[in-house]
Amino acid sequence: MSGSLINLIYLIAGILFILGIKGLTKPKTAVRGNFLSALGMLVAVVITLFTINDVDFTYVIAGVAVGGIVGAVMALRIQMTSMPQMVALLNGFGGGASLSIALAEYVTRTGINPTSISDFFQPTVVAASAFGEGAEATIALVSISLTVLIGAVTLTGSLIAFSKLQELMKKSYGLPGGPFGNGILLLGALAAVAFLVMNPGNTMAMVAILGLALLLGLFLVMPIGGADMPVVIALLNSYSGIAAALAGFILGNTVLIIAGSLVGTSGLILTRIMCVAMNRSLANVLFGKMAAGGETIDADEIYDGKVTSAQPDEVAMLLETAQRVVIVPGYGMAMAQAQHAVRELADAMESKGVEVEYGIHPVAGRMPGHMNVLLAEAEVPYDKLVEMERINPTFEDTDVVIVIGANDVTNPMARDVEGSPIYGMPILNVDKAKTVVVIKRSLSPGFAGLPNPLFAMDHTLMVYGDGKKAVIEMTTALNQL
Amino acid sequence: METLILLLALFVLALFLGVELITKVPPTLHTPLMSGTNAVSGITLVGALLAAGTGSSPMLVNWLGFIAVTLATINVVGGYLVTNRMLAMFKRK
Repeated sequence: MSGSLINLIYLIAGILFILGIKGLTKPKTAVRGNFLSALGMLVAVVITLFTINDVDFTYVIAGVAVGGIVGAVMALRIQMTSMPQMVALLNGFGGGASLSIALAEYVTRTGINPTSISDFFQPTVVAASAFGEGAEATIALVSISLTVLIGAVTLTGSLIAFSKLQELMKKSYGLPGGPFGNGILLLGALAAVAFLVMNPGNTMAMVAILGLALLLGLFLVMPIGGADMPVVIALLNSYSGIAAALAGFILGNTVLIIAGSLVGTSGLILTRIMCVAMNRSLANVLFGKMAAGGETIDADEIYDGKVTSAQPDEVAMLLETAQRVVIVPGYGMAMAQAQHAVRELADAMESKGVEVEYGIHPVAGRMPGHMNVLLAEAEVPYDKLVEMERINPTFEDTDVVIVIGANDVTNPMARDVEGSPIYGMPILNVDKAKTVVVIKRSLSPGFAGLPNPLFAMDHTLMVYGDGKKAVIEMTTALNQL
Repeated sequence: METLILLLALFVLALFLGVELITKVPPTLHTPLMSGTNAVSGITLVGALLAAGTGSSPMLVNWLGFIAVTLATINVVGGYLVTNRMLAMFKRK
């Protein structure tokens, strides 16, 4: 098949990807968009299969079979609460795939045939034309080594993000010197890239890039935890796209470049949205310490004797007389698997004529849009999920706000206390409502390590206990009224 | 060199197009957007097929090709299926 025809068909695949993402701009067209995107993938893969004829198909078929089964099982069995873990893993696999492609291409072009580990430490003489002529060779080598670098960082970084989200790794470790340690790793890797470009046959340099980049991914993500995960996942998502686009430069393949750059920008935009929603710079999320200054604020002083607690049946009585109720979910709702119970409570309220909406903070949960997916799973219609900018002006006309499993995103200190570590972070102004009900296990601080003055306000009622149990009790009590 | 400039142009234009498209995706669909773009980044499967070794390639290339094909296929199959599962939940009313 001629090269031009193949490239035209790749163009069709690229258009299908673009239409696919365009479909995602509305919930109604999203399913069709995803289908178009998948169709684009099928077209691109099938046409590629026609162009490769001397490939050893045993490995290809084995890879597709293993990958297809693993992917399908993961996709069909994963719980919606665990979506962040799944996306983290997929990011890592994307990076790993680009990394393997770049390494395979390097080995093929240099013509080395290592049979044991020690072979990697022997510099090879490479034919001058192995990577093309002049500037072309430089660009090929730069693309290959940068793909290895970014692919490897994405791979190990995502695996760490996965183990943190899955709570396999609870502690945070960092390099001595924090950002400087990481900076040295990055500089070392870039120096190895420069060395490889000048000495293409030096396999040691390639091994060094790979090793340093794998370590960099580890140490970049290890110190980051909890509520900062949405930023990390979005950033790694972007890296996996950039790695794919770079792999496209290595192979001179147009569809890889189009698809990769779309994914790269998507991840970057989500990263930015998450950072803005926390009023922090990307550097601060990656390297900063959130709790600086947090210790100076005494929790006892804020809470002492001012916290009012309530029982679920007392809350039910409040809810019965309310006209408008807003539910504010956070990661705690996901942890307690309480989304279905919350929907049932909302149904019970609506059957009594109460208007119910949900206020969603952009960084609620462990990935962008996490709460929306959980509530959609519980069959909450998406038009009831209201984003921060639109829900905030309505709190003054709201009778009861139910905060379940959210903390920092409702902390009025972010708005009122200049000099507090979270000052300037946009929050949900739940304290403007007539009554605030907070469902929480204890008064323990959230990720920012700060006490929340909201809990001590006169119009706030604390309902202590497991989120799911408390909500179910409220629903039962409300239905009996 | 000329090809490279064309590829670069394609890359830059795709970045701009990406910004225009993605900023229009509502926050409620951000999770499916991430898993959906994950599936799209499985386009590395095409690269993996092109880089997969031939019968005369060193074993190392064959194995790297196998790893690349496997990981990219997980992304494609897993990404599209899980996105579809989520979007189906948003569709019903």
